[in-house]
Amino acid sequence: MENRSSQINAGALVRRERRLAYKLLLPTFLLVLGVVLFPLFANFWISFKPVLLADLRSPELSIREKVLSASETKSDIVRLEYRYRNPSKKYNLTEVKFDDRVPDGASVQEVDPRCKIKVDLMPRVISCELGALEPKARGRVAVTLAFYEPVLARQLLLKTKPEASFQTKNVLTSFEFTLSNYFKLFSSAEFWNVLKITIYYTVFGTAGALLMGLFAAQIMRSVFPGRAIVRGFLLFPYVAPVIAVAFSWVVLFDPFSGVINHLLIEMGEIKQPINFFGQRTVEVELFGHKFNLPLALSMVILFEIWRYFPLSFLFILARMQSIPKDVYEAAEMDGASPLQQFWFLSLPNIVGILAILFLLRFIWTFNKFDDIFLLTGGNAGTRTLTVNVYEQAFAVSNLGAGAAVASVVFAILLSVSGIFIYFLPKDHG
Amino acid sequence: MKFWMTGLFGAMVAGGVWTVLWHVIISILAVLMWGIPVSLQIASTLIAGMLAGAFVVSKYPRKGYTYNLLGLTITAFLILIFTFGQPFKFSTEMIDWKAHLLLFLHVGFSWWCITSVVKDIKIGQNQKYLIEKFYLNLLWGLGLIIFLLIVFVPFYIMIVTSLKSQQSLLLNPLDLSVDFRAGYSKLFGSYIELFTEYNFLTYLLNSFLVSISTVAITLIFSIPGAYAVSRLRFPGRKWFSGSILTIYLIPAIVLVIPLYALFSQIGLRNSLLGLCVVYPATTIPVALYMLQGYFSSLPRELDDAALIDGLSRAQIITKIALPLSMPAIASVSLYVFMIAWNEFLFAFMFLDDVNLFTLSRGIVSLDSSEVPRQHLMAGSVVATIPVLIIFLWFERYLVSGLTTGSVKG
Repeated sequence: MENRSSQINAGALVRRERRLAYKLLLPTFLLVLGVVLFPLFANFWISFKPVLLADLRSPELSIREKVLSASETKSDIVRLEYRYRNPSKKYNLTEVKFDDRVPDGASVQEVDPRCKIKVDLMPRVISCELGALEPKARGRVAVTLAFYEPVLARQLLLKTKPEASFQTKNVLTSFEFTLSNYFKLFSSAEFWNVLKITIYYTVFGTAGALLMGLFAAQIMRSVFPGRAIVRGFLLFPYVAPVIAVAFSWVVLFDPFSGVINHLLIEMGEIKQPINFFGQRTVEVELFGHKFNLPLALSMVILFEIWRYFPLSFLFILARMQSIPKDVYEAAEMDGASPLQQFWFLSLPNIVGILAILFLLRFIWTFNKFDDIFLLTGGNAGTRTLTVNVYEQAFAVSNLGAGAAVASVVFAILLSVSGIFIYFLPKDHG
Repeated sequence: MKFWMTGLFGAMVAGGVWTVLWHVIISILAVLMWGIPVSLQIASTLIAGMLAGAFVVSKYPRKGYTYNLLGLTITAFLILIFTFGQPFKFSTEMIDWKAHLLLFLHVGFSWWCITSVVKDIKIGQNQKYLIEKFYLNLLWGLGLIIFLLIVFVPFYIMIVTSLKSQQSLLLNPLDLSVDFRAGYSKLFGSYIELFTEYNFLTYLLNSFLVSISTVAITLIFSIPGAYAVSRLRFPGRKWFSGSILTIYLIPAIVLVIPLYALFSQIGLRNSLLGLCVVYPATTIPVALYMLQGYFSSLPRELDDAALIDGLSRAQIITKIALPLSMPAIASVSLYVFMIAWNEFLFAFMFLDDVNLFTLSRGIVSLDSSEVPRQHLMAGSVVATIPVLIIFLWFERYLVSGLTTGSVKG
């Protein structure tokens, strides 16, 4: 009996713990849901819609009914006026119309030519077609009603409210879908070019940063005076704001006032200044072969390597320093050369972290927007998918097309990381 | 006998590489210091350096004044001979002492580097171990110098440009010295102008406000969450701790269009509050992950003892877990601060109102042809300094934060 009750208590404790855990995690979950997962879903939603940037503001038509006749006295002729206005500063309203019920016991004596009386409907309806309305445009529609019996005009207004309708451009929340964003995207030659550039950028940027990081880690492994300072210094490119370092590169390589160009000219290496971030290709002669080097793209990749090698360096160094020293001492005793030590001792130990770093850096380079946007604005053959998202959505002002590109970004990302995780060495994951 | 294992070949490679490297560096320095055109003579210095290397390895023992003096003289002669008496080919007439100084520096640095690499390598065949060590040493030295240079140059350009006036920038872009005699008001002219005319004080305050709020919100959300994941048993715990980091891999560019649309509709777009909602959502997952790892490393017995003593879970978090995990909280805070401070995309997309600009957003608005370059660089320095101070001050904490959490770039 006692045993049973303690079990029940334990069950209650477990439940309480569970409830507490959920309570503690709920705020995080909600925030992530609202700001990450919902937008992720919404992005797919938008990508199937013909949404333009201008559609974000929901348009409306303001319409008021005004009695022109004296409202306090009863009369059988009542003159009404509908005053309408497009309150938006930017957007046109098209196919604007409004309907209003003709009050019981009244006939329409005189009406604006834009309006029709629908007599087949009971009660009868005045239906006015106002056409298109420019931003801030306003207008009036006059109606004269004849009543069989004198009425108090003020009461009429309460009964009848005009119902306005117009072609709404707010397609965000509607259930109309279209594949045209995707059709346009995949059928344009630009997209495939952008994809190619993205792949170049990601692969070379990732591999370069990893190799440089490995090299830097090898250098920083040996003990020398000032090593701690140098290590901190090498992390500068990574911790400094992207905006600062990107602009300092732009200034450094500027074709008119940049140091590099002037230096090369003064030293007689080049005749004309080179627009490093603005020139698509440059002809390079290497061992007698001439070929076109994509200049701006290479510069952007170099920046990527420069900015992110510290991260790989940090990870690889941490992993290397955790390898016990006596392993190397033993290898040294056995006569292993430094290269052999690297190849057979260090490399197997860091291959796990290299794989993880490659995955993470690959994903983040693929996702990278700021760097290229700040360096070249996506011009001169450096437009990657992420820059294209911005370009489509905000420069061309086609949110739907931008969202379609973003969806493609996400889909590629998902499949690439899936493949990676499948092949990742399991013991290090 | 493999040729690359002989000391002679190795020393010639080292001599060639070091002499050319210093030739390039010193030529560039000469151009920068005096603004006088110098053309490079790679091939000549390469041959001279290789011969100097051969000399280094041929002599034994390799120390003492006479050895070094002899070596220095021979290197200098070699360089002079192969460059036809003009080690630095100036396109204009040059005062002698400058040429002498450059030659002196070039010879000195090259000689020092070659001898410290070659050390006790034999001229003939060497042991595999020794010769590999030699090549790696050579690579080590080269690598160190190259890494230091490539990291240093962009930051140096940033600082120097920000201290220049428009005239001196146009007059001689290669003059990279800082003229301290000009007086502080002239030296820091760009900074003064940024703060008086370009609203930078507001940007700075906005950046601080947003970053500190982000840190606070992140901690408020992630500390209880991390505690729950590390200490409490509930279904889905494994799944949660495993999948929370994947949130971090979702690209911001995928979120920016819907968030832009949504925030425009509900009026959060052009506001700092909007940023304070978005930034924590991107930083909480990693903060939670980092803190969770740290909480798990604390002994569980502490919690049990506290529970027996009658503390509630909330009290355990505030009185036991928090004080014990201050180092982890510090590194998380610094890391989150840095992310929020450096963030560009959302600030750029969301903020239209000049009074709401953060530093990132404000600096982008300086990137136009109407604003002089030194202002742009001064703005960059203003944005960089707080992060670098924090980084240098708390490097220990930050490095651990970077390695545990910084999958983000």
